[in-house]
Amino acid sequence: MEILINMIPSVLMIVAPILITAIGGMICERSGVVNIALEGLMSIGAFTAAAAHVLMEAAGAGGGSVWIALALGAAMGAIFSMIHAFAAISLNADQTISGTGINLLATGATIFAAQVLFNADRTREFRMGMQTDGLGFYPTAYIALVVVVVSWVLLYKLPFGMRLRACGEHPNAAESAGINVIRIRYIAVGISGLLAGLAGGAVVLTQTIQYTSNTINGRGFIALAAVSFGRWTPLGVTGAAFIFGFAQALSIIVVNFSALRSLPTEVFNIMPYLITLAALVIFSGKNYAPKAAGVAYEKGAS
Amino acid sequence: MSKDLTEKKSFLESEGTVSLLVVLLGFLCGTILVLLVGRNPLNMYKAIVQAMTGFDIDRGRLNVRYIGETLNYSVPFILCGFSMAFAARVGLFNIGGEGQYIVGMTVAQAVALLGPQIPGVHWMMAVAAAVVAGAFWGGIVGILKAKYEVSEVVSTIMLNYIALYLSRMVSFKLPGANTFRTDNFPETAKLTNDFFQQITRYSNLNNGVFLVVIAIVLYWFIMEKTSLGFGLRATGYNKDAALCSGIPVTRSITTSMAIAGAFAGLAGAIVILGSFAHGRVISGMDNYGFNGIAVALVGNSKALGVTLAGLLFGILKNAQPLMQSRQIPKEITLIIQGLIVVFIALRSGLYLFQQWRKTKQIKSGGEA
Repeated sequence: MEILINMIPSVLMIVAPILITAIGGMICERSGVVNIALEGLMSIGAFTAAAAHVLMEAAGAGGGSVWIALALGAAMGAIFSMIHAFAAISLNADQTISGTGINLLATGATIFAAQVLFNADRTREFRMGMQTDGLGFYPTAYIALVVVVVSWVLLYKLPFGMRLRACGEHPNAAESAGINVIRIRYIAVGISGLLAGLAGGAVVLTQTIQYTSNTINGRGFIALAAVSFGRWTPLGVTGAAFIFGFAQALSIIVVNFSALRSLPTEVFNIMPYLITLAALVIFSGKNYAPKAAGVAYEKGAS
Repeated sequence: MSKDLTEKKSFLESEGTVSLLVVLLGFLCGTILVLLVGRNPLNMYKAIVQAMTGFDIDRGRLNVRYIGETLNYSVPFILCGFSMAFAARVGLFNIGGEGQYIVGMTVAQAVALLGPQIPGVHWMMAVAAAVVAGAFWGGIVGILKAKYEVSEVVSTIMLNYIALYLSRMVSFKLPGANTFRTDNFPETAKLTNDFFQQITRYSNLNNGVFLVVIAIVLYWFIMEKTSLGFGLRATGYNKDAALCSGIPVTRSITTSMAIAGAFAGLAGAIVILGSFAHGRVISGMDNYGFNGIAVALVGNSKALGVTLAGLLFGILKNAQPLMQSRQIPKEITLIIQGLIVVFIALRSGLYLFQQWRKTKQIKSGGEA
């Protein structure tokens, strides 16, 4: 039991970025745009935060540096997500293709920038990342909590959320009710980029000391899985992110459990993907996904 | 979009031309980026020329080894391109090339290390097993899609990571496995070709080339000349119409995903048995599968187009270290590849533009 309680901080550390990204992905899909670029956008945010923090640290910036770095990461994620928004919303492009393009681009762009800035295929190491509080929690855990609550209020308690959901279910009906589908979808993609960038920064500032091409390592895709497994609701996505994060945490601290020690760590790594796949099969037929997700919206064509 | 068959295609409506423009645009942006960070883009092109022809412009020396390596690097790009392309023809988006490649590679190395060492038969068994494994991994996606309506985009992404971790678990159990490699392969399992090695100054070029040529012909033949290919293409164009004309859509989807997986599985086998002397315990992805998506998009899912696009990606991959030694960050090639895919996504804007121009023409024609 004590071991489990001691696990809580590290579980939260791992869950927070996945949850933040997944909530962004959920909002994006609820508006009708599928964003498989989450992985790439997290990389962009992680690199930006790491590079900014290292440079500010070297310049003698104090404790505020991590927060500015985090904000810059989020901003960069939002900026890059606009490529996806422009392609998917304004040009009716295939959303999977433009998402794949951003993922490929992010791998190249981050390491390219590292080569230019630091003459290496990674950012320089920073001395001090985010600090834990008295309970051993990183601030990212609280940020994730705020993001979940705000997303719930936004989606279900505000007119904007109702409009956003309408865009994802039946954009033509939404448009005829006077809702600006294009604008709402742009905002939704922007939010997902912002949150993915923020989460990328959270990964790098709490879990490592530098950005490498391996830093994000599938977390964006786990977040994407959490959106499906969580059935596109804030509560469901939170539950999914916790299950996945717990599995990831187990792979790291499995040595503390004599009963599980003999299992290869890959068993835990595989869990999120396997659970999601199984869930998609079990829940097949009942369509929880937003109806218009992934379909380009052409004005007046219905 | 309906097109009059007799209407002559305008310049921008030819798929090949658009692909070429997209690639050029990608290189243009890459060149500008290199300039912006204060490096000389000429060095980038010198590296590309050297990777393509073996000729080092700075030193005036020719080394044919580079040609061999470029061809060898192109092999998995072409095959993973076919993996994506085959699925795309039935309207499926196969992001799972990476997983199918990993599964093929893992099975090939297992057979190479554990199979009977009969000359001439051993490597064939390893390759065949990899193709079957890749087909199985792709087939799962097809069944999930056809029977349970699970989006292939999500399921392939999940299966990529499942493949990665399964591969690690299996490879750890192979003879002599440590954290990154296994024992050396017996000679009977390798795809080495002495003649190729001699004429290319000991590059890694191997018998995999023959397998790729067979794959190219097979792809072209299935797609353009058989009723299976017709059924698959019909399913891709209009699922309901295909169903009504008696084409078994469910089976079409599963078959095509299995064949798509087979191509990627073959790529895995050729890479491990041709370019490595030992098995691998992989810690990450090789990204051939993901790049295969770009290859198929650039090549418009046609046999010739995919082959040419695969060669281009092979050249870029081989040019990477040559760029790095000329002070060009080698990741510029990844940026160019990423940009190419983004531009292909933006290509749909071109159709919007054409439609807009047509309506404008009709309107102005009416007024005149």
